Amino acid sequence: MGWGFIGPFVAVFGLVFLAPIGYALYLSVFRDRLIGGTSFVGLDNYGEALADSRFWEGLARVGLFLLVQVPIMLGIALLVALAIDSGRLYGKSFFRVAVFLPYAVPAVVASLIWGFIYGTRFGLVGNINETFGVTLPDPLSPSLVLAAIGNIVTWEFVGYNMLIFYSALKVVPRSLYEAAAIDGAGEWRIVASVKLPAIRSALVIATIFSIIGSFQLFNEPSILQKLAPNAITSDFTPNLYTYSLSFSGQQHNYAATVAIVMGVITAIIAYAVQLRGMRKG
Amino acid sequence: MRTHTTRRLLGTLAVVSALALTASACGSDTTDGAAGGPKDVEAALKKGGKVTVWAWEPTLKKVVEDFEKKYPKVDVELVNAGTGDKQYTALQNAMAAGSGAPDVAQVEYYALGQFAIGKSVEDLSSYGARKHGAGFTPGPWNAVTDDKAVYALPMDSGPMAFFYNKKVFDKHHIKVPTTWDEYVEAARTLHKADPKIFITNDTGDAGATTSLIWQAGGRPYKTDGTDVTVNFGDEGTKKYTATWQKLLAEKLVAPITSWSDAWYKGLADGSIATLSIGAWMPANLSSGVGSASGDWRVAPLPQWTKGDKASAENGGSSLAVPKAAKNKELAYAFTEFATTGAGASTRVAEGAFPATRADLESKAFLDTPFPYFGGQKANQVFAESANNVGTDWSYLPYQVYANSVFNDTVGKAYVSPTTLTDGLKAWQDASVKYGSDQGFTVNK
Repeated sequence: MGWGFIGPFVAVFGLVFLAPIGYALYLSVFRDRLIGGTSFVGLDNYGEALADSRFWEGLARVGLFLLVQVPIMLGIALLVALAIDSGRLYGKSFFRVAVFLPYAVPAVVASLIWGFIYGTRFGLVGNINETFGVTLPDPLSPSLVLAAIGNIVTWEFVGYNMLIFYSALKVVPRSLYEAAAIDGAGEWRIVASVKLPAIRSALVIATIFSIIGSFQLFNEPSILQKLAPNAITSDFTPNLYTYSLSFSGQQHNYAATVAIVMGVITAIIAYAVQLRGMRKG
Repeated sequence: MRTHTTRRLLGTLAVVSALALTASACGSDTTDGAAGGPKDVEAALKKGGKVTVWAWEPTLKKVVEDFEKKYPKVDVELVNAGTGDKQYTALQNAMAAGSGAPDVAQVEYYALGQFAIGKSVEDLSSYGARKHGAGFTPGPWNAVTDDKAVYALPMDSGPMAFFYNKKVFDKHHIKVPTTWDEYVEAARTLHKADPKIFITNDTGDAGATTSLIWQAGGRPYKTDGTDVTVNFGDEGTKKYTATWQKLLAEKLVAPITSWSDAWYKGLADGSIATLSIGAWMPANLSSGVGSASGDWRVAPLPQWTKGDKASAENGGSSLAVPKAAKNKELAYAFTEFATTGAGASTRVAEGAFPATRADLESKAFLDTPFPYFGGQKANQVFAESANNVGTDWSYLPYQVYANSVFNDTVGKAYVSPTTLTDGLKAWQDASVKYGSDQGFTVNK
């Protein structure tokens, strides 16, 4: 009886959600070779992936990215949200839109814009070098390119996270602030003891999304690769590695394996953060 | 709140579903029927239809016009699906997905082996392709055939030459280098006189590197069936790395990637003073760097040993018909038209470098003045280079993949203290690993 109601959902869910995962799992136990064709290899691909230094180096890179970029991005977003919510900011709706605007720019376009800015020959960095007779470090050199990407992602997503925090702050009853003020709490005390605890779940959600986003880093390095082919390798991030395995190496089976391993790692970390974040007290 | 992840999830889903598509089509690419003979080609031309051609070679535009004029019922769509590796990636994916593949594709000689061994290009011998064998120069013809099949028809060839900006050379009183040592000297002098000028650009280009190693006498790849040897430790490679390392260490090459906007700009304004590249370059220069017309000249490549006349091939393409092509007879008809007879001559007149004997040996060809090169009869330089190309070179049967990881490995030498020798060793290791994974017997 009830199947009639959930049938449409189950069909779509199965087709667009479960089937691709199932298919990736299926692919991951085979190996297709130029010489010898396709053969069943059991869990060999998984063994190879777990011992693949190219995969782990990419994972370490996005791990570092996560540890540095996400706190900076969420910190700025929180500051902006608190500032706009404080009601003391002149022209707050302008700032709200202005800070959010970069999120409306597609990631590909954003990366291209920043690619031009970073250019040491014809870009903004190049122009600054020429005008002021200085030599700024090249943002697209191997040592700085991860930071350069972090800057792009921060620019893109501060506004988005700000909006999450701001909307969470909006639903906190104003009377709580008044009560706190009557009790003698200053603005900072109200932030620390009332506002932050009140938007805790929004903070956790934003953190989890950012973790997933970091692990899936792809667009920005992929676009910048054309400008910095030697700094951004084909295995720069796990997603980029999966992409090159599949599309330049024609190793679809192994690519599926790496994608699954990466998915599992992401799920574990995101879940751990959620458990920790939702714990009372 | 969801969009942040949705956007990325969608990306992942797209990849996953693309994977799904590719694999599901793998089993169905054996459905091609018996290949048609020359008669079917005639019939197809009368009947007409549509042919999609993926190519980036500029002179094909004129050939397409001529072909459509001659066969009004045939509609040829010329698509630039990217240059080199980018096009091959798109092509491999379209072939694997079973839809969206073109009827004719430009494939460089180095890449053809990968498509041939993957059985993804049509054997053209049943359409009568073998009869053209004697009409092509031996190098390109050998690159597209083996005793089993004709995998493509040669479209052009790329004997290397030294293109230099005479205006820049004259201004700074530089003589055209005849050896690579003189080339390094010229690079130093130029860059010192004007720090904006570089002898050439280089951000790590697998094709250019292998060609120069080829000219230096190195033979890093040997292929015999499925037995493959990769060795970047031979004498020729050492000559190359010793010289090129100097250029990199002294920052004498411009960090500009070939075919980028900055590259064309550098070629036009004289800040990239020379190119050592295939003889197909003139057409690209006149179409992409028109403003520098008259500045450039052509000379033989600098030599590794003074007095030598060694040369190598760089690039050079064929036209192949993918197995996934929809209209193979028409596809072959276009391929034949564009690579032999009048079509080939048209392309040569437009600035392409021929792979056909008749054109290469004709007096008209050799005596053609190039207005772009100030009236120089550049083809004489190219033809001499074609005669001096070192023999016995072979590429890997999976060179497309190898080239895709060139910048991961050798690229390090361009942006870090890693040496070219170490970079090439890492590239060798990556090529050995991939070859072994793919079932080849490598370095055994």
